[in-house]
This record gives sequence, structure tokens and C-alpha cells, in this order.
Amino acid sequence: MAILVDKNTRLVVQGVTGREGEFHTRQTLEYGTQVVAGVTPGKGGQFACDGRVPVFDTVREAVEATGANTSVIYVPAPFAPDAIIEAADAGLGLVVCITEGIPVNEMIRVKAYLDMKRVRLIGPNCPGLLTPGQAKVGIMPGHIAMPGPVGVVSRSGTLTYEVVYALTALGIGQTTCVGIGGDPIIGTRFVDVLALFEADPETKAVVLIGEIGGNDEEVAARFIAERMTKPVVAFIAGRTAPPGKRMGHAGAIIEGGTGTAAEKIAALEAAGVRVAEHPEQIARMVAEAIHE
Amino acid sequence: MKLHEYQSKRIFAQYGIPVQEGEVATTPQEVRALAEQMGCPVVVKAQVLVGGRGKAGGIKLAQTPQQAEEIATRILSMQIKGLPVRKVLVARAADIQQEIYLGIVVDRAAARPVMMASSEGGVEIEEVARTHPEAIKKVHIDPFVGLRAYQTLWLAKGIGLPPSLHRDFGRIAQGLYRSFVECDASLAEINPLVITSEGTLLALDAKIVLDDNGLFRHPDLAAMRDIDEETPSERAAREAGLSFVQLDGDIGCMVNGAGLAMATMDIIQHFGGMPANFLDIGGGARAERVATALRLILADPRVKAVLFNIFGGITRCDEVARGIISVLDEVRPNLPIVARLVGTNEAEGRQILESSGYRIITATTLAEAAQKAVAAARGA
Repeated sequence: MAILVDKNTRLVVQGVTGREGEFHTRQTLEYGTQVVAGVTPGKGGQFACDGRVPVFDTVREAVEATGANTSVIYVPAPFAPDAIIEAADAGLGLVVCITEGIPVNEMIRVKAYLDMKRVRLIGPNCPGLLTPGQAKVGIMPGHIAMPGPVGVVSRSGTLTYEVVYALTALGIGQTTCVGIGGDPIIGTRFVDVLALFEADPETKAVVLIGEIGGNDEEVAARFIAERMTKPVVAFIAGRTAPPGKRMGHAGAIIEGGTGTAAEKIAALEAAGVRVAEHPEQIARMVAEAIHE
Repeated sequence: MKLHEYQSKRIFAQYGIPVQEGEVATTPQEVRALAEQMGCPVVVKAQVLVGGRGKAGGIKLAQTPQQAEEIATRILSMQIKGLPVRKVLVARAADIQQEIYLGIVVDRAAARPVMMASSEGGVEIEEVARTHPEAIKKVHIDPFVGLRAYQTLWLAKGIGLPPSLHRDFGRIAQGLYRSFVECDASLAEINPLVITSEGTLLALDAKIVLDDNGLFRHPDLAAMRDIDEETPSERAAREAGLSFVQLDGDIGCMVNGAGLAMATMDIIQHFGGMPANFLDIGGGARAERVATALRLILADPRVKAVLFNIFGGITRCDEVARGIISVLDEVRPNLPIVARLVGTNEAEGRQILESSGYRIITATTLAEAAQKAVAAARGA
């Protein structure tokens, strides 16, 4: 078992003929994910990735012709909101947006629309998802992961890879790794993914990697205290970040004195979560949690 | 990107908000001339992109043109929170009966804009939120139906505005919401919005923070950027498309990924050091970007050591190491460099760095890398 993506995922890649889109689609194919279609307006009828992926003008045509059930989006920020809404309108149940740099006011509208349509969005500004041995949707490096009992959810990219790599090195595999994205408005938040991991029988423990900005970690802490039976190990990046400065991610900012790492760590610890002081402690803490 | 008060006021005025507009001046003589023209009393306000200007003495009332000139001389030689004052706004002083607050921000948890009003104007809203949160009234705005009249009425009544002002308050609130959406702002704020002794509403201050991600579709607003807002390094980084924040320490940090970059800063401080910067060089760590980033780090004379912390995923560590060597060949830094490459082919990557002939201190774990960087910066 896994969450959100698995061997039944039939992927359509929006922006498949762009540089990033094509590069990552090749990696995705190599990983064994079923990439059934690509979409680039104006390039319908062509093929991408050495003839392996048929290209369509619209997502709807791609879905009708191939039975795609999941979309991943690599189109540039000015066109990404349209791409997300198009995917939702084409009837896909899961839309994963890798694109960074979408204006926040645009995302407010997009999220409100997707909530109405009851379509799940992962991202934007995220590395996507990886279910080891089954499916890779997005840009996570596939070979650092292995199948196993740990669910990973994170607002970060490389920090997640680092943790997954360390888990794998200790022989601890993962059910699914989910990068939810570093923007202030994202489609799926910590609590949503925690609920999925809690319900997934294969997941025995969860790693949560948060950072400064917003209060999603505090909301997650409440959920963990009230609803979760599985152990959670957390790490929060940005203990030493100065207030008022955006730390790389659009959402990573301490505003009006709130969104600090200290508040998040306190909330998580109060919920019984083990919080690592630095990322290298995480894998070991997970090993302990699993064996308890 | 923050806008100055005078810039924000011009924008608000375009949306029908009555503002105390004034004129911008850069010399005491200009201020005097403006005071003569406008008629005293005038208020002279420092235009710097930080809060707390009033408390710092950057906002003063002048009763005569002579006094305006003297005040301007003082304000124009001030630094407020480290930022030199280069411009002042001169405006005819308003007769204030009451100060209120009106602002919009994005409520991340609700994924909606939230408009806030408070009867406690003239103080920072965060301060009011701490001391008497009940004074703040909020309405969330649905992006599809917009701000409705009943919502602005609810705010007006909630903060105790007299009924005679409800209609004008509603117009101002609508203007503020429209400016927020149409400018792609992440904050639009009038603090204070005052009731004058004539019983009208007037925006005495104005603040807009633009969403950097929205600037691509607002070239007119992007052109308002005041380069004094940034350090030269931050500016160079922005122009190079790098994510960079100047800090106070002496260990330059070069990391791929924002989360990992923050974690790197954290661990340096954990081991008693101080990072000189936050820097995310992005995915792939291409040689050209690494070179630009390294030059930026080395431009800071306080930097005594540089720490590379790179996760090699799709781009493998041996490729990253070769990239780093080519950059060192080009930039030739005269400082100790600590490098930690982790991920695919990390042993090969380390081997390449160690046999390069440069004084590169390698590390396998993040903790080890941080400790070595701290020691190197201390000259140990």
C-alpha cells in the first residue's frame, strides 16, 4: 500500500515538451511510472521523450485517449494556474504542481476552485511524490528511496531527500514521500497527508519536515495529539531565521512575530512528537520509534 | 517587495481612497519651499522601508517653514533601523479626531484574504493583537464573490464608527481590496485611517507589500523598487535569480534547497558559529550559478570561511564536485572551504574535491561540516 500515487497511477505531464518537463519525464519513465500522455497546447499529435509519450493539445483529450488519472505540471508560473484548473476540469482526481512562482492571489482563486470541485492538488512549488518501487510523480530522485514502513511529508525539497537518503542508508524504507510545497497557499497541507498516513495500513511511522512561516505545523500538532496512533518524528528548519525575511520559499517567513520555529517545535512536542534538533538525528529517531 | 508610503498613497488615491498625499523631497531646502507653498503646519515623514518610523523620530510636525527645514535636516541625516533616510514626504498636517486601522493580508490557514479593522489606529496591528485582540474585527473575503457591502458595514459597526461614516468607510474598504487584488499585493494597510475634525475619513499613512511572485505581470510596480531596500549583495543575488539573505556572521553558506539552507544555518549556530548568509542556489547546482553565488559570498569582507552543503540527487555528487572545482579555478578564493556533498556518488565527489589541490576540508555529516566550518572561521 501507499498513499496518493502507486503502480496504478496513469500520469499525464503538462508541459512535457519544455526543458524541465521533458528532463523529468525521462527520469519518471526510467523509474517505471506509467506516463501515458503529455500536454502542450499547439503540439498535439507529436511525441515526446523519443516517441515514448504521445502529446495532446488539451488535458481533456489526453484523458479521453489514455485514461490518465493523475497530472503533474511543469509549465511556467504565468500559465500554471490555467494548467491546474484545466486538469481539475478534465476530471483528474490528483493534480501535482511542481511550478514555483505562482502569485499568491492567483493561488487563492485556484484553491477555492479546486476545493469546490473536490480535486486534490499537491503543491505548487513542490518536488512531488514518490512511492518507492511503484511511482515517481515529480522531481524527487528515485534511487535514494526504497520501499518500507515510513511515510514522509515535507514542505521542503533537498532537505527531504537528505532525510530519505539517511533512512534508506539505515535500511528503513518508505511507503510514500510527499513534498507539499513551500508556498503560503498550497493545495494539500500536513494534516491532510497525516490523515492519509494514519489510514494507510503499511505506514508504521511518519516523518514531518516543516519550516518557519504560517501555522500548518501547529495545526498538524493538534491533529497528531487528537487523532494519530502512529509515532511521528519531526524537524523544523529555520530556528535561526531572522524575522521579516523570506527564506527562499515564498511561505518561509516570520511575519508579525508568528510562524517561528520555536512555536512550532513547542506545539509538536506538546503533542508528543519527537522533534529532532538537526536533520541527521531524524533517521535514528525513526528507527527507535519503529522498534518501540 | 515593499513600497514606500508615498508610492502606496499614490496607488490608494487611484482607487478612490482619500489620502493625505503630500510631496516628496530629498533636501531641507525643498522641504522648506514645500512648507511655504502648502502652508503650515506640515508634517515631515521619513521615507524608509521599515516600521516604527514615528518612534525612531522620523515623523515630526513643523509649525513654520523654518522649523520644517530644521526638522528635515535632522531626519535626512538619520538612520532608522540601519537604513539611511534619503527622502521625506511633506504634507499638510491633518486635524485628527480619532485614529483607526484598516488592512488586508493573506490568511494562509483560511487560504483567503482577510480584511481587518480596529478602533486602535496608529499602533502596529500585531501590538493590538497581543494586547487587546477583541478590538480587531475581521472578515474573510471569498475570491469569487469579493468583498460585500454587509461585510464592510459589519466592520464599521464593529469598530464603533458613527453611522454617518459607514458609506465612506465602505468605499475605502472596497478601494483597498481592489488595490490589493489588482496590484498582486500580499499586504495593503492604512494605519492610521483618521476621522478629521471636519468629520471625514482620511488615510494618513499607507503601506503596500507586493507579492514578489506577482511582479512579472506588473512592470509598472516592479519599476518602483527602491534599491536602497536591499544590500548590494541581495540586489546582485536577485538579479542573478538566487535566493539570498544577508546575515551578520562570518561563515558563508552555499546550499541547494531552501529547507536545507535553513537547516544549515541552524546547525552552524547550534555549534557556536554564525552564518554570514542564507543562500539557496537551487536544483542541479549548475557551475555558472555556483560561481555567481561564490562571488557574492566572497564580496562580504566579514566572511572567514565558506561551507558548501549540497545534496546530489538527480545531479550526482561527482558532477557537483567537478562543478565546484571549475568554479574555484575561476574565482580562486583565498579562504578555507568546507565541503559536504551528500547523496548519489558522494564518495567519488569527496575524492574529486580532496585531490583537487585546493584547501578543501571535506566532511561526511552535516554536524561534522558545521563544526569544521566553525573551527575554520575561528582560524583554528
